[in-house]
Amino acid sequence: MTSISAVSGPRLAMHMRRKRVNTVALTLAFGAMVFGVFWLVWILFETIVLGAGGMSWALLTQSQPGPNSEGGGLSNAIFGSLAMVGFATLIGTPIGVFSGIYLAEYGQKGWLGSTTRFINDILLSAPSIVIGLFVYALIVVPMKSFSGWAGSIALAMIVIPVVIRTTESMLNLVPHALREAAYALGTPKWKVISSVTLRAARSGVITGVLLAIARISGETAPLLFTALSSQFFSTDMTRPMASLPKVIYDFATGPYENLQHLAWAGVFLITLGVLALNIAARVFFRNKH
Amino acid sequence: MAATFPADHALQKAKDSGTPPKRRLNAPWGDALFSFLAHSAAWLTLAILAGIIGSLIVGAAPAIKEFGLGFLWHSEWDPVQDHYGGLAMIYGTVATSFIALLIAVPVSFGIALFLTEMSPSWLKRPLGVAIELLAAVPSIVYGMWGLMVFGPILATYVQQPLQSAFGNVPVLGTLFSGPPVGMGILCAGIILAIMIIPFIAAVMRDVFEVTPPMLKESAYGLGATTWEVVYRVVLPFTKTGVVGGVMLGLGRALGETMAVTFVIGNQSQLSQLSLFQAANSITSVLANEFAEAGEGLHRSALMYLALVLFVITFIVLSFAKVMLARLKRSEGARA
Repeated sequence: MTSISAVSGPRLAMHMRRKRVNTVALTLAFGAMVFGVFWLVWILFETIVLGAGGMSWALLTQSQPGPNSEGGGLSNAIFGSLAMVGFATLIGTPIGVFSGIYLAEYGQKGWLGSTTRFINDILLSAPSIVIGLFVYALIVVPMKSFSGWAGSIALAMIVIPVVIRTTESMLNLVPHALREAAYALGTPKWKVISSVTLRAARSGVITGVLLAIARISGETAPLLFTALSSQFFSTDMTRPMASLPKVIYDFATGPYENLQHLAWAGVFLITLGVLALNIAARVFFRNKH
Repeated sequence: MAATFPADHALQKAKDSGTPPKRRLNAPWGDALFSFLAHSAAWLTLAILAGIIGSLIVGAAPAIKEFGLGFLWHSEWDPVQDHYGGLAMIYGTVATSFIALLIAVPVSFGIALFLTEMSPSWLKRPLGVAIELLAAVPSIVYGMWGLMVFGPILATYVQQPLQSAFGNVPVLGTLFSGPPVGMGILCAGIILAIMIIPFIAAVMRDVFEVTPPMLKESAYGLGATTWEVVYRVVLPFTKTGVVGGVMLGLGRALGETMAVTFVIGNQSQLSQLSLFQAANSITSVLANEFAEAGEGLHRSALMYLALVLFVITFIVLSFAKVMLARLKRSEGARA
């Protein structure tokens, strides 16, 4: 204490200046944190205020209404989203898990491993609308029709990199001693992977899949030129199919008030679903570890 | 526990008879099949990227042949006369992403600083989760919110006052000219900023946490303030990682479609450089016009734009990856 109180003149001034700079910087950092959380709260608040009112049984059971008419729901879009997200997960998960296994267990060093890892990181953040264009050229043009399958495949291409990333990093966390113990018993490699390492990493892999589902549930851009949309309830995956995000987009940018209300209800549903999946993934992962 | 395995008997028998032991595998093809599946899945990932690039090049070929590289600096976009130049959309993409970075980088830095150095430990986790949830909110929700809630507020409380205050000042006046209706480059930039803040902040927090505690504690021990520790010790140590995180956010901003399409105003003419001007980005013009564009040059020009976008994001993301990898390597060298 004496040394500090003995400081005076220019040294005290410098000391005070450093303290002031520090206070200003930390206040700004605190402000930034508040700023970040503020948007989350505001967006969630508006979503609840404008969307929760639209919740009704009809929303889930009735198909979309015409402009300026009473009632109606989003059942066609909800079913379309569930179907396409479901098939996308079924297609994308095995490919992603096997790729992740390749990266963690086979291609630790070689060129294929490092290239795949690099490409995967690019795909993870690549513009999703470009994936829509690719699937358009790959499937919609040859089949001469927009279809639910095309939408599913476009979404699957978004699932794959997410699952690869989590599978690889979870497998890398499995201690080597576990693998070596299994090998020492004479276990063949595929059994070591499927019943030892993959089993040890299971909860992490499931978390990754849940996060991937959350990600594609809200994706719109890849569906614009693949699944397109449909006004009617349809279970035929070979025909154009409605999806929740695409219907929200169409309704929100249109001039009809009843459709805009439905769009907000849709936004509420999607936000609720995606945040619930995210929180579930976190809780699930934490409980297992 | 001395269990006897069937294999032991086989081994014993084989020793007695002098022939090598027969290995009993319940599926001898298992290894080959499994390895084949893993390899083909890895190849498939590469094939997706090759397919994306290939399909874009093939689709864009007619437009590339017709307009050449001049496409990049001509701004007429005229579907009626079938003449296309991409400058207006490229400008829209670059300008919105630039505004987004301008806002998001300092804010993310502040959030990372708060989370690593200031936050009480019981708050760290919930705040970290809140930021990650912000990253998980689908872009369509941001778009809808921007269009219905934020845009009108921006017009009334920010754009109109700015216009009346600076409308006659030479340079600022140009920036703030145009109809103050909310939708436009500024609004898209702000929404993009909100969307990429969580990505950049999460990476910055993670790289700040790699700084060896010893370094920080030595600085604290010399009497450095928290700000000095972050600015003079943590930031220099992690600068490649920070740049990598910013590039990652930039990659997201460049490729974001729905949120931008909702609020940018969708106008393909590059008439003036105002922040309030309705415009189009590469992604928004694709979202609006591709499904309706007929076969031929219009569609091909859109593919050309998509190719430009993909090349730009590829470069940005590769750069991000290299920077982040370099931090990891130097950390390994120092450990």
